[in-house]
Amino acid sequence: MKRKINDSIRKLDKTCLPNWYEIPLAGAILSEGSEDYETGSWRTRRPVWNKEECTSCLICWLFCPEMAIKVTGGKMAGINASLCKGCGVCANECPREGAMTMVEGGEYRDCKV
Amino acid sequence: MRKKIGLTGDGAAAEAMRQIDPEVVAVYPITPQTEIVERFAEFVAEGLVQTELINVESEHSALSACCGSSMAGVRTMTCTSAQGLALMHEMLYIAAGNRLPIVMVNVNRTLSAPINIHNDQSDSLGSRDAGWIQLYCENPQEVYDTVIQAVRIAEDHQVMLPVMVCLDGFIVSHNMEPVELLDDGEVKEFIGEFKPRLNLLDTERPITAGNLTLPEYFFEHKYAQVYALEQSKEKIEEVGREFGDRFGRRYGLVEGYKLDDAEIAVITLGSMAGTARVAVDALRGEGIKAGLLKMRCYRPFPVQELAGALKNIRAAAVMEKAVSPGAPGPAVFSDIIAALYRQSVRINLISYVAGLGGRDVPVKSIHRVYEHLQKVAASGEPDRILNYLDLRGWE
Repeated sequence: MKRKINDSIRKLDKTCLPNWYEIPLAGAILSEGSEDYETGSWRTRRPVWNKEECTSCLICWLFCPEMAIKVTGGKMAGINASLCKGCGVCANECPREGAMTMVEGGEYRDCKV
Repeated sequence: MRKKIGLTGDGAAAEAMRQIDPEVVAVYPITPQTEIVERFAEFVAEGLVQTELINVESEHSALSACCGSSMAGVRTMTCTSAQGLALMHEMLYIAAGNRLPIVMVNVNRTLSAPINIHNDQSDSLGSRDAGWIQLYCENPQEVYDTVIQAVRIAEDHQVMLPVMVCLDGFIVSHNMEPVELLDDGEVKEFIGEFKPRLNLLDTERPITAGNLTLPEYFFEHKYAQVYALEQSKEKIEEVGREFGDRFGRRYGLVEGYKLDDAEIAVITLGSMAGTARVAVDALRGEGIKAGLLKMRCYRPFPVQELAGALKNIRAAAVMEKAVSPGAPGPAVFSDIIAALYRQSVRINLISYVAGLGGRDVPVKSIHRVYEHLQKVAASGEPDRILNYLDLRGWE
């Protein structure tokens, strides 16, 4: 029996992978965004956010390719560690000195993001 | 208004492309396909088509541009030959895997080395596993009709696969024959409007295409493509039938010539079928029950149709213009063996590689193949299975 799968490629649950006839034509992803992917696992460098220097201009949010900049009530609210792939676009585009800095290592341990 | 004019195979392909008026043609000229590009460029310059003609720097770029435009949801065509097809090889798989209904005219020419611009079918037969539909044409009329049908086949929503229309270089591409052209309106109506299933530029329904597909998905993705190619047989027949009903020339997957009561037969594709017809007529005049089976569709392989047509034949020879070095037999021959095995049809089958690098395959040479078949039919077993026609030092 065919199981109904809305967007099979995005279902990363290995226990219910779709059959060949359930995959969208040419394996296309039929919805926007990439939030279902744990792109955070790719990271070898990490951005560190300095709340004191940040003006919440949201340029980092605009440029981030993975929706990793958290925004609450129109204000910058931190970095989503499971989505941030460490590309550094946020730090590169940030207009404020010291508000967003890239550091070596992908792991967020003690430092609060 | 329909009209009958003298056209070469290339001219017929260009004329069909003019009437199809695809949104995008990305192309690079190469002998013996050049005449198609020249003629089509004139149509663009004269404003006879609305096509965006993209002049690219190589065939790899030509098919890459075609993949882009097809993915963006517009009707896309190209044409090439030999080294050009070889340079496209990477993109052939990408077009098929992404299920892009591109129509390409391939003018069959041999592959270097040694360098040679003349006809054989080693280019397209060598691309047999790329996942394209491959249709072979005997003469300019078939080229014209098949290019038009190819658009309908490729763009069918159950098919969504690229189609390669093959014609023999020089023999078909540069020889002029009377070709009946349909009215522009008839062609437009027959092919209809292209309704893409995937459209990368549709902002209302955003998609991501050409995705990285890892081991959990690749196999299933590939099988969906295999299944679509297999199923496309029905559509190829349906479109060929409808074309016949509307315009009087009917097409199928295979075509038998004096095959019904034949005891010996040649199986071939492309222009050699035309020459073999002459040989069959002469043999029939001598009371020899000779027949011909022309394979129009090589991919998907017409397993049942071919085995059905051959089941009462006592001996048959597969004549093909390509060689598979190191293989148990050349490509078409090996495929036919597999098809007959699958259908449990056991006949005496021999192979003839012929006409490599443009060597002429005249009627008298095909007569020798039929003579060989008469011996095989009489003795009940082939003396030699792999044969090379008119190769010096072979006999």
